[in-house]
Amino acid sequence: MTEMVYGAVPVRDGEPVLPKWWRTVDRWSMSCILMLFGMGILLGLAASPPLAAKNGFDPFHYVQRQALFGGLALTAMFLTSMMAPQLVRRLAVLGFLGAFVALALLPVLGTDFGKGAVRWYSLGFASVQPSEFLKPGFVVVAAWMMAASQEINGPPGRLWSFVLTVTIVLMLAMQPDFGQACLVLFGWGVMYFVAGAPMVLLVGMAGLVVLAGTFAYNNSEHFARRIDGFLNPDIDPTTQMGYATNAIREGGFFGVGVGEGQVKWSLPDAHTDFIIAVAAEEYGLVLVLCIIALYATVVVRSMVRLMRERDPFIRLAGTGLACMFGVQAMINMGVAVRLLPAKGMTLPFVSYGGSSLIAGGIAVGMLLAFTRTRPQGEIGDILRGRLR
Amino acid sequence: MNRTALRPLARILEARSRGENPDAIERENLRIRHEQMRDRARTRAEGRLLVLGIMFFCAFSVIGVRMGTLSASVASEPRAQATGASIIAQRADIVDRRGRILATNMETHSLYAHPQQMVEPVRAAKALAGIFPDLNEERLIKDFSGKRKFVWVKKKISPEQQQAVHDIGEPGLLFGPREMRLYPNGSIASHVLGGAAFGREGVHSAEVVGTAGVEKYFDEQLRDPAREGAPLELSIDLTVQAAMERVLYGGMKLMNAKGAAAVLLDVHTGEVVSIASLPDFDPNDRPRPPTEGNPSDSPLFNRALQGVYELGSTFKIFATAQAMELGLVNPDTMIDTRGPLRWGKHSIRDFHNYGKSLSVTKIIVKSSNIGTARIAQMIGAERQKQFLGSLGFFEPTALEMVEAKGGKPLLPPQWSELSTMTISYGHGLSATPLHLAAGYAAIANGGFQVTPTLLKQSGPKYGPRVMRPEVADRSRMMLRKVVTEGTASFGEVRGYAVGGKTGTADKPKERGGGYYKDKVIATFASMFPAHDPKYVLVVTLDEPSENSGPKPRRTAGWTAVPVAAEMIGRIAPLLGMAPELEPGKVAGITLTAN
Repeated sequence: MTEMVYGAVPVRDGEPVLPKWWRTVDRWSMSCILMLFGMGILLGLAASPPLAAKNGFDPFHYVQRQALFGGLALTAMFLTSMMAPQLVRRLAVLGFLGAFVALALLPVLGTDFGKGAVRWYSLGFASVQPSEFLKPGFVVVAAWMMAASQEINGPPGRLWSFVLTVTIVLMLAMQPDFGQACLVLFGWGVMYFVAGAPMVLLVGMAGLVVLAGTFAYNNSEHFARRIDGFLNPDIDPTTQMGYATNAIREGGFFGVGVGEGQVKWSLPDAHTDFIIAVAAEEYGLVLVLCIIALYATVVVRSMVRLMRERDPFIRLAGTGLACMFGVQAMINMGVAVRLLPAKGMTLPFVSYGGSSLIAGGIAVGMLLAFTRTRPQGEIGDILRGRLR
Repeated sequence: MNRTALRPLARILEARSRGENPDAIERENLRIRHEQMRDRARTRAEGRLLVLGIMFFCAFSVIGVRMGTLSASVASEPRAQATGASIIAQRADIVDRRGRILATNMETHSLYAHPQQMVEPVRAAKALAGIFPDLNEERLIKDFSGKRKFVWVKKKISPEQQQAVHDIGEPGLLFGPREMRLYPNGSIASHVLGGAAFGREGVHSAEVVGTAGVEKYFDEQLRDPAREGAPLELSIDLTVQAAMERVLYGGMKLMNAKGAAAVLLDVHTGEVVSIASLPDFDPNDRPRPPTEGNPSDSPLFNRALQGVYELGSTFKIFATAQAMELGLVNPDTMIDTRGPLRWGKHSIRDFHNYGKSLSVTKIIVKSSNIGTARIAQMIGAERQKQFLGSLGFFEPTALEMVEAKGGKPLLPPQWSELSTMTISYGHGLSATPLHLAAGYAAIANGGFQVTPTLLKQSGPKYGPRVMRPEVADRSRMMLRKVVTEGTASFGEVRGYAVGGKTGTADKPKERGGGYYKDKVIATFASMFPAHDPKYVLVVTLDEPSENSGPKPRRTAGWTAVPVAAEMIGRIAPLLGMAPELEPGKVAGITLTAN
């Protein structure tokens, strides 16, 4: 009767947003991300003054910018992580469409900043790299498609997602940006693996990769030289790799001391692709191991939390995001220690770079949103006696 | 897998009879199946996620461990990492038959620059241009002050130059250790050795690869670490080679020839004791191959091995030897030499008119084309081909040099009877002087085919027999008579009983269409001592002209023969041969009591 008289009381979802978020979010992972960001600022203080000096800015120009973009990135991360998976999905699909169109228009409107590859939009005060924003959106869309295909009478989502992947990979390869293309392909592969790829197909694909690699090695001189250079135990001291390896050696366990490093003066990419070398030289193995541990914590914790996830879409999207995050870090550090052939890839949250920071913030926000604690229907399992 | 039907008939009929909606049963079953599917997918995903997590953990651990090992290793300048041992004696020496060095290695340094480490690039560039006059100062300044991070300045520098560069005091100028190939004898045996150059090149070492000659032919062997730097022993004798080149050079200049070649072959082992081609070059500073002009005029061209020439009358001895082998003639058989010998629209003439007929020996001694052609007619094309083939005239020589393949003899496209006749006196078939030496060696060693080699042999090495010993013996007598009473009278060297045959062939025009009237290839193929030959010497002069008389004389008897005689007089003692008295009777020697 009361309702009939006074009108309906708006139904609140039990708990307010913030406390609920705090209770359910993966606080360990979030702390790791914040620490990584802090280290990025710390290393930026060391690594970017040479670049700033070269470009005629104040010594800490790039640190300020990093802090500004980092603030934006963290805000984006917090906001995203507070959203419900449904909302994340909706926004991500919209974002994906926007980024896709932006990527497609790059050849017309983009600039190459004299680096030979058209990857950026110049906005005057900053530049935007659409492929960075495309990645998290792509993961969500592909996960959505794959999850839909698991429904009875669902669409052939795996095929759609595969076609989409190939399209994006081709677009990225045209820029050319093989690093991002590989990353997208890898993200899709991981999701497909978790969504239940047949074992035979996986083995076949592994064989195909080996074959293609051999073919490329035998037929492309450029490719062969890269691999030979990687396999050659002699390091040419004039290459970036030579400098990076030497910097790690110089650093030893505890580093040469803050600001004492030399490698940042000779490496043009010291603040992005080879920031780990700067970290190793100035702060030593201790800090590097910390950084590795932080990345490993984020990835492995996310995996473990996703194992309990019952919703296929959330599981897949979370897996894709976590793996892309982890692999990007792994490739960056693997290159610096010569475990992998040279490939330009930023270290998420630590390397300098506006687009990659903000896009990384959004991606990690999504990951946190997906790994939040949710009721997973354990009661139903108990009732059916199937609790393991 | 046992699946429940979505619409189990029994339940539906039952429900219908109770008046319930049977669709509810279908929906219920659909829901159950969906849940089962999800559970299955979830358990599978759980396993795979676990695998992924473990893989990531392992990968991060590997990176961490690798970081740890790298950090624990001693920091060092990367360029100091290459140990000295890896570039010392990486290429084996080449020595002559008595162990004297022909090619060895020398440690030196390369000079390169890191412009971004330079303090005063312009001053450094100016100082470098002062030390190395061949460097372009403006170019260096541009390289040092531009964006380049690495600049090669010099590939090889001497210790004095290195000290001078040190004294510039520029930290951006750096040295890389190098091992360079050194040919201490300069241009001696240059064509045999060929040369070496840097192959793949890094800062702290560079590969030395052979570019020509034995250096290239034995490249893998010389670089093979399993041989532990054992030197490559050639059959060349350095002193003989030097004497040969010296005499040949003098002869070439005296006879106004544009080129010359000489081969000295051991008739029993097939060893090439010396082989020379002029003009030559210094393998320490091997010239670039010519981009224009005739490649055979380049100093790089090995006339003794690559130059295929019509070798003229030197071939006649093969025709008479074969005729004797076949029993068609003996040295005293009279052959019709009335000329000119007409064959179709061609006619064969002699240098002089030798009358109605000559004995076979006289045909060789006087070098009668007509007589030889008549003998060739008796032999016939097939047998001639087979005989010349057995002497190795159809294939490039198997000498251990990459250039040997270039010396492929030119054969007539169709071996007609006319070809048979002209080839018998050395026209219509082009071969290298080395081919000729191998052919003469078969006569000299008593009838065994000889394969020339550049590697030192331990004992005689005979190929299959190509003629009877008596035939070889008689042929040698004829060759001896060519020197004592025939066209090669300047070839007599006291105490060494030289036998041989001259050959003067008109040079064919490069663009076809006949022969030059005033350009010849003069060849003297000789063996000594003629009664028991140890060596065969072939001397070839390209376009010689002896101008001391009223008319230029171009025949081999006036040009190649004196050069060969001088050469034999110089090298026979070097080969350890003492002058000896010739056994038996030789016309022209009369002992008189005073």
